[in-house]
Formats: sequence, C-alpha cells, structure tokens
Amino acid sequence: MISIQDVSKWYGEFQVLRDCTTRVDKGEVVVVCGPSGSGKSTLIKCVNGLEPFQKGEIRIENVSVGDRRTNLPRLRARVGMVFQHFELFPHLTVMQNLTIAQRRVLKRNVRGATDKGLALLEAVGLKAHAQKYPAQLSGGQQQRVAIARALAMDPIAMLFDEPTSALDPEMIKEVLDVMVRLAQDGMTMMVVTHEMGFARRVAHRVIFMDQGRIVEDRPKDDFFKDPGTERAQQFLSKILAH
Amino acid sequence: MSLGLPHTFLGLDWSIFAQPAFDRSGTYFQFLLVGLQWTLIISVLGWAVAFVIGSIAGIMRTLPGRILPSIAAVYVEVFRNVPLLVQLFLWYFVMPELIPGIGMWFKQGLNPLLQQMVAAVLCLGFFTGARVAEQVRSGLGSLPRAQRAAGLALGLNLMQVYLLILLPVAYRIIIPTLTSEFLNIIKNSAVASTIGLVELSRQSQQLGEFTAHWYESFIAVTVLYAAINVAVMLAARYLERAARLPGLVGGHK
Ligand SMILES: Nc1ncnc2c1ncn2[C@@H]1O[C@H](COP(=O)(O)OP(=O)(O)OP(=O)(O)O)[C@@H](O)[C@H]1O
Ligand SMILES: [Mg+2]
Repeated sequence: MISIQDVSKWYGEFQVLRDCTTRVDKGEVVVVCGPSGSGKSTLIKCVNGLEPFQKGEIRIENVSVGDRRTNLPRLRARVGMVFQHFELFPHLTVMQNLTIAQRRVLKRNVRGATDKGLALLEAVGLKAHAQKYPAQLSGGQQQRVAIARALAMDPIAMLFDEPTSALDPEMIKEVLDVMVRLAQDGMTMMVVTHEMGFARRVAHRVIFMDQGRIVEDRPKDDFFKDPGTERAQQFLSKILAH
Repeated sequence: MSLGLPHTFLGLDWSIFAQPAFDRSGTYFQFLLVGLQWTLIISVLGWAVAFVIGSIAGIMRTLPGRILPSIAAVYVEVFRNVPLLVQLFLWYFVMPELIPGIGMWFKQGLNPLLQQMVAAVLCLGFFTGARVAEQVRSGLGSLPRAQRAAGLALGLNLMQVYLLILLPVAYRIIIPTLTSEFLNIIKNSAVASTIGLVELSRQSQQLGEFTAHWYESFIAVTVLYAAINVAVMLAARYLERAARLPGLVGGHK
C-alpha cells in the first residue's frame, strides 16, 4: 500500500531523513516513535507529499509521490491525515469542516456529503455538535471531528502525527478509542505516537526513529520484548516510565 | 444655512454656506458636498483597487518559491516608501507619456476631471495596496502553518486552500488594521487637490479663498471628515461583529 524506499531529505545543509525504508501493507497499523527531532513528522509529511524529499521514492498504491507528473491533490484526497493540533477550520461549522473537501474535491452533492458527515459524526459520538464551531468544542472533541473529516474522504490509508499529544489526559482516551476502532475495522494506518498502550493493542509493527534514521522496524511483540538497539531501549524505558 | 442655527454662532458667520458659490454651481454648502462626493468616490474606488492589489500581493508574499514573493516584495517596498505626492505626479503627468497607447486614451478620451479621478484612484489604490499587502501577509502569517497543510491534505489545491480556508480567517483577523487603512485612504485622498481634483479639502480651500471665511470653512470641513470617520468606524464595528466566530474571543486564536 505505502512503500518508502531509501528516502533522504535535507533542510539546506541539515539532513532530516537518512535512507528511510519501510512499508505499510493494506490493513496494517504501524506506529512510529522516537525522540523529538528525529524526523517522524517529516517522514509522515513526505508520505502524502506535504514535504518534498530529495532522494528515494515513496509509492502509494503504486503512484509515486515524488514524481512531478503525479496529481498530488488527487493522491492526497485518498490519504487521510490527522494533525497534532487538530487543524479544524475555525470559520466553518463542524459539518462544514466535514463536507468542504467532499464537495470541492470529490464533487459530492450537498445531500451526499451531509449524510456522510452525519454518519461519521455519529460514529465518533459527536452528532449533536454538527452545527457548532470548532472553538466551541473540547480538544478531544475537535480531534474526533478531525478524524471524521479525514474519513469522510473514504481514504485508503490514514496518517496520524501525534494525534493525542496536545490533549489533556482525560481526553486522550476518547481519541484513542476512536483510533483503536478504526484499526480494528481494518484501516491502514501510520501513526506517530508515544502512546505505547495504543501500540500494544493494535499496532502490527513499531518503527523507532533516531536522528533521521529508521533504527528499528519490527513486529510489535518483538519490539516490546526486545527493543534491539540501546537507543530504543532507553527511549522505551523513558516513555513507559510515565 | 437653514440648520436652524443663528447666523452667528461661536462668533462666526455661518450664513456663508447659504450664499451662492463663486462658480454659480449652487450654494457654498452644495459646493462642499460636491467635494465630499469626490472624496468619497476616489476613496472608495481607490480602496477597491487597494484591496484587490493588496490581497494579491499579500498572498504572493506567502507563496512557495522565490519569484512571486520577490515581485510582491519589490512592489510593497517601492509603493510604500515613495512619497504619495510624488506617486500622484507620476501617475498624472509621467505615466501618460510613458505608456503611449493608454496615455493617448488618457489625454484625449477623458475630460480633465476624469483624468484627475483616474490618476487619483490609481495612485491611492497602489499606495494603499502596498500597505494592505502587508496586512494580508501578516494575517496569513498569523495562522497556524498546519492549516495550509490540513487543507492540502484533504486534496484541496493551493488556490482552494487560500480562498476557502486561509483568507476567510486572515481577513477576519485584520479587519481592525484594514479599517485604519481605509481611514488613511480618506485622509490621503486630499492629495488629489494638488492636481486640481475638486475633492473636499480643495473645496474648503477655495471656499476660504473666495469668501475669506477661513474659520467657518475649516470647521465645516473638519466636521465632514470627522463624520466620515465615525461612519466608517461604526460600519467596521458592525462588520467585525458579524464576522466574529462563536467560541473565539476577538474572532481568532
Ligand atoms: N521547515 C524546517 N526547516 C528546517 N528544519 C526543520 C524544518 N522542519 C523541521 N526541521 C528539523 O527537522 C528535524 C526533524 O523534525 P520533525 O518535526 O520531523 O521531528 P519529529 O520527530 O516530528 O519531532 P517531534 O517529536 O518534536 O515532533 C528537527 O531537527 C527539526 O528542527
Ligand atoms: Mg513531530
């Protein structure tokens, strides 16, 4: 589904990604973790072409992301993305947030887009809030709306960049629950997170990054039993400590 | 003047506004209203030009790549820093000579008043546009960077992201500064008197010269400018309230 091959990226002189290679198969949930600045966000942004990369290749269902001839908007419309700070559009109601891209990108009619939106809001437990504005919702509610917004495009895969790290502890669970359900429904997911409980429950593989490199990339159980490199062990014991 | 005021008030003679103007176009009160009308016309048209050009330039400054942002930056620097009076002379005297085709149309196809108006509108528009561009840029810049990414990630193209997502929020944020730019353009429109356009300040000047009632003239014109300002501020406050988003104090994060 998603294949990342020898991807390197520089910001000027500074190399953010070093020969990253991995893949996410259909229905697979891959958790990406690693210390701050290790390039997790950058890698995930490269996957849907939000960041350009200078070397290597990323393919989504055999469409090359880096190819200049690729229609990036069309590709991105098929890959959902969820951000750390939700990034709902503040001037649109919850429902409008869910329908805007359905209408403008997928050219669905109002009726179809709204029905889809309502069904998804119901699924994330926020149907009653359809006519509110994002700022009238709690962080956890906003993030659930953001997930619903991405799902409204019927994506073939979902990317998450630290979806719970801006949330108060009591709201983390409501968002993780939605993600767990999504994973159990068979969604292909690439999730940057330090929520190891989530990784334990639903991840198939865990990737550990450090200084722009994919240092570990193995099945979840292996990773938790034996994180391999010392760097990964240290990291794991640190985040499991709190 | 038939405002129910005594002819002398504050020790000044207000009856001059009821007297026929030197050019026999009506009373001096009407004479001032003509000026008010031209002030409003060139300010509003100038603002329209400024808003469009300023928005385009402001957007260009935030686009990826080098060329478009640089072009916009040069525009802003030039038009913000060359004195307004010089710019007006360039539009009115120099531009028609430099651009043959349009210059011909300008000099022969338009009567003098329209020539003055076109020059004043373009001058005020491009000058204020440079300032609007900076407001638009800072409005866009104050949005979280990931808003653009969120729009793109949904499959919207860059143009849609700007029109549907970034600008509606950015404009809301900069309503107060845009309001003060609009007040500025009204004030600056007085520069058009230097090329002979009969806007408000020039009319009051002429009124003073022909009647020697300088105080009355200046007080009247001050009141008129103040009235415009109050009206603009009220309209802006209404606009701001109408555009405010529920849940966000002051309209933005
Ligand atoms: N636009 C940019 N220009 C220059 N350097 C950047 C830019 N964006 C990110 N970087 C650098 O690239 C490195 C990787 O950043 P990235 O955001 O991918 O890290 P991360 O693993 O997601 O970290 P975090 O856990 O803090 O989110 C960091 O050192 C960061 O400073
Ligand atoms: Mg990050």
